[in-house]
This record gives sequence, C-alpha cells and structure tokens, in this order.
Amino acid sequence: MITDRVGGTAPIAGAGRGLSRRAVLTAGAAAGGGLLIGFRLLPATNAVAAPEAEALAPNAFVRIEKNGRVTVISPSIEMGQGTYTSLSMLIAEELEVDLAQVSVEHAPPNDKLYANPALGFQVTGGSRSIRGFWKPLRAAGAAARSMLVSAAAGMWKVEPSSCRAAKGQVVHVPTGRKLSYSALAALAAKQPVPVNVALKDSKDFRLIGTPAKRIDTPAKLDGSAVFGIDVRLPGMKVATVTACPLIGGRVADVDDTKARAVRGVVQIVRLEKAVAVVADHMGAAKKGLAALSVKWEPGPGGLFSSAQLLEHMKVAATRSGAIGKKEGEAEGVIAAAPKRLEAVYELPFLAHATMEPMNCTVHVRKDSCEVWVGNQVLARAQAAAAEASGLPPEKVTVHNHFLGGGFGRRLEVDYVSQAVAIAKQLEFPLKVIWTREEDTQHDIYRPYYYDRLAAALDDKGLPTAFSHRIVGSSIVARWLPPLFKDDLDFDAIEGAAGVYAFPNVLVDYVREEPPPGLLTGWWRGVGTTHNAFMVEGFVDELAAAAGKDPVEYRRALLDKAPRTRGVLDLAAEKAAWKKPLPAGIGRGISVVFGFGTYVAQVAEVSVAKDGAVKVHRVVCAVDCGQTVNPDTIRAQMEGGIIFGLSATLYGEITIKDGRIEQANFDSYRPLRMEEAPAIEVHIVDSKEEPGGIGEPGTSTIAPAVVNAIFALTGKRLRKLPVDASELKAVQRSSN
Amino acid sequence: MPYTININGVSHTVDVDGDTPLLWVLRDVLGMTGTKFGCGMALCGACTVHQDGTAIRSCIAPVDSVGKSAITTIEAVTKTPGGRKIHDAWLDLEVPQCGYCQSGQIMSATALLASNPRPTDKDIDDAMSGNVCRCGTYVRIRQAIKQAARSTAEKTKGG
Repeated sequence: MITDRVGGTAPIAGAGRGLSRRAVLTAGAAAGGGLLIGFRLLPATNAVAAPEAEALAPNAFVRIEKNGRVTVISPSIEMGQGTYTSLSMLIAEELEVDLAQVSVEHAPPNDKLYANPALGFQVTGGSRSIRGFWKPLRAAGAAARSMLVSAAAGMWKVEPSSCRAAKGQVVHVPTGRKLSYSALAALAAKQPVPVNVALKDSKDFRLIGTPAKRIDTPAKLDGSAVFGIDVRLPGMKVATVTACPLIGGRVADVDDTKARAVRGVVQIVRLEKAVAVVADHMGAAKKGLAALSVKWEPGPGGLFSSAQLLEHMKVAATRSGAIGKKEGEAEGVIAAAPKRLEAVYELPFLAHATMEPMNCTVHVRKDSCEVWVGNQVLARAQAAAAEASGLPPEKVTVHNHFLGGGFGRRLEVDYVSQAVAIAKQLEFPLKVIWTREEDTQHDIYRPYYYDRLAAALDDKGLPTAFSHRIVGSSIVARWLPPLFKDDLDFDAIEGAAGVYAFPNVLVDYVREEPPPGLLTGWWRGVGTTHNAFMVEGFVDELAAAAGKDPVEYRRALLDKAPRTRGVLDLAAEKAAWKKPLPAGIGRGISVVFGFGTYVAQVAEVSVAKDGAVKVHRVVCAVDCGQTVNPDTIRAQMEGGIIFGLSATLYGEITIKDGRIEQANFDSYRPLRMEEAPAIEVHIVDSKEEPGGIGEPGTSTIAPAVVNAIFALTGKRLRKLPVDASELKAVQRSSN
Repeated sequence: MPYTININGVSHTVDVDGDTPLLWVLRDVLGMTGTKFGCGMALCGACTVHQDGTAIRSCIAPVDSVGKSAITTIEAVTKTPGGRKIHDAWLDLEVPQCGYCQSGQIMSATALLASNPRPTDKDIDDAMSGNVCRCGTYVRIRQAIKQAARSTAEKTKGG
C-alpha cells in the first residue's frame, strides 16, 4: 500500500492534513522511537547518534515504525515505470519482509542523500533507478535487518549468528523464540549501524525476480492517486498561462480588459515572456485566457521555420565533428572501397505530450516558498524555486507527487520557475496548469538529428568500415555542462556504432543549435533511440546490398557478442522469422544495446493503398540481466514500443514563422487503441547485473518498423515520421 | 447562476457560469480530482465520466447541459457491479503505468461493457479509441476488458 503521505498532500483536505515531508520524517523519528537507518535529520536524542547518522547519511532509505510498518523512502520518483515497487523489493528482500508490509514515501529534495549513485545527483531518468540503487538499497535493507537481529540477540543474550530474520520477525533458531520487528524497532535503533553486511546470493532471492503486484496500482484505479495537478490547498486559486508563441520572444503589450471581466477571474499577472490568468477555477482561467489580447515581440531568431533549420543542418553536416569513436581508418577504407554505401538519416523534433500537462502549485510567503509538483529532478526544482522566489534553498520546501508521465519532460524545471514567478506576486497559494496547447508549444523538444552514415563492403558484402556523423543540438551542453567536453555530447553518440564489431569505425559529432528559445532536451532514450534508428536502418541497407537475410547478416557481425546475438536469435525464433508471412505483411528486425540492456524486436506491418502503415504485431526479446519485477519489465517493453510507435508513425514538431505548428492531440498525434499492435515480450533468464528497462523498448521499435516496410515494399525510409505519401502505390510483397 | 447537479448520487449546487465545463466543476469547485484534464477538446478521454450511464467527455460538457441527469465519476464507478469487474481486471493485469489516463479508460471500459457485455476487438477499438494512453497500456487494457467480459459471462452462466 501507499500511505496518504506519498506525494505529501491529501487530494482534497489539503495542507491541513498533510505534514511537510521533512516534518513527517522528523516527527516520525522523534515520536515513534523507531529505527531509521542513517537519516540525517534525526534529532540528536534519537538512538542513532549524530556522528553515526552523518556517516550513514547515504542510506536514508528505510524506516521501521514501532508498529512494525516498514516505510521505504524512495529516492526515485514514480512516473509509471514501477520504481516504487521494484526499489521497495530490493529493500524488502534483504530486510526479510513481504511487500505487503511496505509503504512508500517520496524522498525530499537532497542531492547528497538521494543522489542516484550512477549519476551523482538526485535524478530519475536514463533507465538508472535499478542500476544505481541495486546495491545501496539492498545494503540499506540488510543493515536494518542486522540491527534487528542484534537487538533480538541482545534481549535473549544469545549470539546473533544463532538468530535469523524471516517474515518480519527474528527467530532464535535453537529455541524457536520469536520477536516481531515492531517489538524490536526501538531497541534496534540503539544498535551500532553495521558498515558491511553481506548481501544475499541471487539463488536465495525470495522477491527479486518474481512478479510483484505494484504498490501504486490500487490508488490509480479509484481516482485517489494524487498527481501534481490534483493538489488542493485552502484559499488556493488556479491559473493558466500563455507564454510567447514566437520562439524566444517576449510580451510586448497586454490588453486584459475583457479577461478581467470574466466571472471568476481574479487577477492577470504579466511576466517578461508570459501572461497568466488567475481565477477561482480552471474553467474561468481558460475563459479569461481566451479573452486576453496580447501583442508579442519576436525572439532573436526571428520568424524562422523548420526548413531554414534543416538547411543549417545540411551545411553543418559537411563539417568534421568532435571524434566520438575512432578505431582504424574508416574514412580511408571507405574512400578506397570498390563497394560502399552512403545515406543521410533524419529525425524530427519531438514533444513529450505527457498525459498530465505541465503544472505546479506554489505558495510563496514572506520568508518561505512551498512547492507541490511532479518532477524528475527534485533538488533542481528546489533550486529553481529558490532562484525565482529570491529565497535561499533551505527556505524552499518541495513536495513531490505522482507524475502523469515524465519521458524526460519533467527532467526540466522551467514550469516550476514560471509558477513561482507568478505566485510570488500573489498573497495566496496558486496552482498553475498549462493547457494542452501550451504544453505542446512550450515543450523542450527532442533534438532534430541529421546524420550521415557510410560503410565499405567486402566482396562478401560484409562491412570493412563504418562511419557515422551525427549533427544535432547538444542536450548535455545545456543540461549538464560539466560533462560537455571537447565539443562532444556523450549522449548524442550513445550507440552510434551500433552493436556490431566493425573493423574500422569513425563516429563524429557536429553540434548545431537551433535559434535561442527553442530548447532541446531528454526524451525517452534520446541518444540510444536516435542512433538505433540511424544504425539499424543503415545495417539493414547493408544486408540488402549484400543480398543477405537481415537476421543472418546481423548474426555474422555478432560473433563476439553472445548476449546481443541471444536476443536477436530469440526474437527471430519467437517471431518465426523463417516462416513465410501472409501476402501483404512484411517483417523487419532491429537489435539494440542501451542502458545496460539488450533488446531485439521483430515488427510485422502492412501498408494500405493510401500509404498508411499498420503495425500488427511486435515480438520483443529482452535481456536486462537479473530481473527485479518481471511484470514491470514486460509493461515497460509494451509501453516503450507503443511510445516509440507514436513517434515512428506520427510524431513531428515543425516550426513556421517562428511558431510551433502543432497544438493538441489532433495535430500532435499519439497512437490510439485501434492502432496498437499485439505485443509479445520474451525475457532472457539471466544472473548478470541488472540493466535499465524504461527506455530500450522505445529505442528498438522504429528501425524494426522501417525495416519491415522495406521488406514489404522495397521502399527504404530514412526519415521519421513515416511519410505515407511516399508509400502510395509502391509494390507490396510478402517476405 | 447556481446549478444543482447530481454527482455519484449526491446533489451539489455550484455557482459558476453555465458554460463552465463539468470537468472543472468536478475538479476545482467540488474537489473531486479523480477525473483528469488532458486536452480540453475531447481528444484524449482523460476526463471521461458517465451521464446516465453513457460515457461523455466532461471537458467539453458545459455544466448547464447536465440538468437532472445522473453523473458518475471514477470516485464512485468501482462501487457499481460493472465498474467493480473492470477494476478487478485492471488490478489483476496490472494495467496502469503512470495512471493518469486510467480514470478515463476505466470509465469508457465500464460504459462499453454495460452496453455490450461481450465486445469484439472491433467493439473495443471503437469504444476505446478516444482514450489516449501515452504510457502505452493499450495491450493490457484490451486484455482486461476481455477478462472483465468473461467474468460477467461466467457469472451469468453459473447463475
């Protein structure tokens, strides 16, 4: 279960019922006298003395109440990926409790205590939660268990080694005496915190690797789950905003006479680049927004269009870039090769279109700022609120909530800064909600990529050299500048040479930024997703040029990559790759390594007379090492494929006259029920280190689909989204 | 002017403009936040509620159109036998991911089974294509509707 403290605030009763996160934790420790592993905010009177608490600060993940309730303080936020459950499983495994005994609270913003060890700061993204916390959370659970065992042994005056923990109890094995964790929690808190407790061998796992019911599901079935947009506070007003639709531009003039006349509208707030309508409810705010008359001033990039950006990228692609990978002499070999292939591949700007539009609730008081939000980088949200409010970060409290989709959009804090800038002009709490149109037109988009690929083939059609030049904006340079080194964006080149052993390889990266105001950011998989499309499409071209079967061709290049070949073979086998398909259906394959996980997918497609593509079935093989919650892995593959299919078939943000052309779900089209393929997921049984699962399912699908379209029609698509007009009247055959 | 509307069997009087969408009356005036805002143009189905048992998009339904009809929302639908079956199938198959669209999905699915106890794949497509899920839970939604339909059929068969 999840306590109503998850997310911090009750849906309707408001702040009166919900204590602040910090208050909850402190009160819990002081009043409960329970066991809290190394939580830094513990008062000095608590059993875990201050120095030890400081030393154990990184393991601030578990609390055992005197009533035996186990609370996991989740360092990762829940946005649908199932992390509340799978992270809790890691702790529960070592703590020897069942998941039913566990409640989850979200961690407060704190880059030191709750940094993802794989990334170094507090962030949920990059398919990194299990990989980052695989050991620390098991260790946190094991430390707590060890202290409970020591406490019991002390009470019984026996050796701790003669006791064992199971199902929320400590048992003295020789005598069969038992004590529950609830009876032991207070005493255990007085035990020294062990430093190195041995972790279980994987063969002894009870929970890890078995399908678990998700902790957050019940609340998501009856309307009781509290997303950021659901926060309600006494005296709160609701605002909606229009930011300058001219990219990079600002407000020139506002006529709010009609807007203020709308019943329920309370106030109009003007910022440099946006105008907000504050009202009693969102209905009035939207009506007020429609009645608002705003003149806008264009940005420094002027009234540019997508076509101009593309011209800039084409020019940029003629420059040599920063070297991302160089083995041998790819350029020389390609130049001298009797047989070579060259191709340009392109991917569009993409919006995230989370179902829950951007929103943030803020109460700025004279000496404090309180924020309620769903966000993937809480400490950044806190810092952004501090900057916008003019208060020091320690005066800013952030309550996190369930995210109605993240996909990388909520790795940004622009909507937090904006909400605070509006709310600080008001005396009351304010919830700012973006309309869908605002959400689409003021997203931070997946970059446009314009890539040049080339390969040389020997007389058997096998590649002797491969080169890949990536042209696109740098997310890392904006979002994580210290890691943008030597003009190289490490993410943009992730997977740029594919999964294969090419004898000579060159990967280079040319940074080409769009005009100011058009920001690019993370989007489910980014680097891997982008490069998988380019490389797996191009390798399919090489196979066709060699006259080889796409699976056999790839196998020949995967001699020394058993796990990659394993998923390739498994997907091919489960899809009955060698068995002929009915007329009018084509199949394509792709194989990707990313986020520590190997995925292969086979897509089966048909093309209608008008060129419309239908994906009928996807077979997915995944090797993500040791599984934690296999049902979540299936769900992430299924969902990742659907998310990737929306982008493959429809996703495209375009710019005309300085404005984003798409606005709502009619012009930025998501995949719908009748378009969803049947999906089969096959998970490889493995004891290797766990890999990530949030993104690789998305990364693999687009190339599988375009390769299937090629197999069916002979038409090679090198640009997304699929352009149906290119597929009209093409020949169709089954492969 | 004040409007008196019936939500989940309870009468509420709200004083808003008549063109205020029912969605915002539910969420912001009455504090029933289970019904979600997704698009404001009946394009995504996140705001789906029942009006006399029929699925409607509350984001484009003005409050003055409600009249004496009975509105049912996600907060109450699982207390109905049909809603309970959908709920149980959703829980059993672990349908939700982020969960934001699921209120609307459950409302649409419940209305479908009420009018069509044994829907075909085509029926499911037709009834559910207005409900967008960006997490991509469609595969499980389809399975869950079929499972709920089977549970109804089995119960009927068994008397």
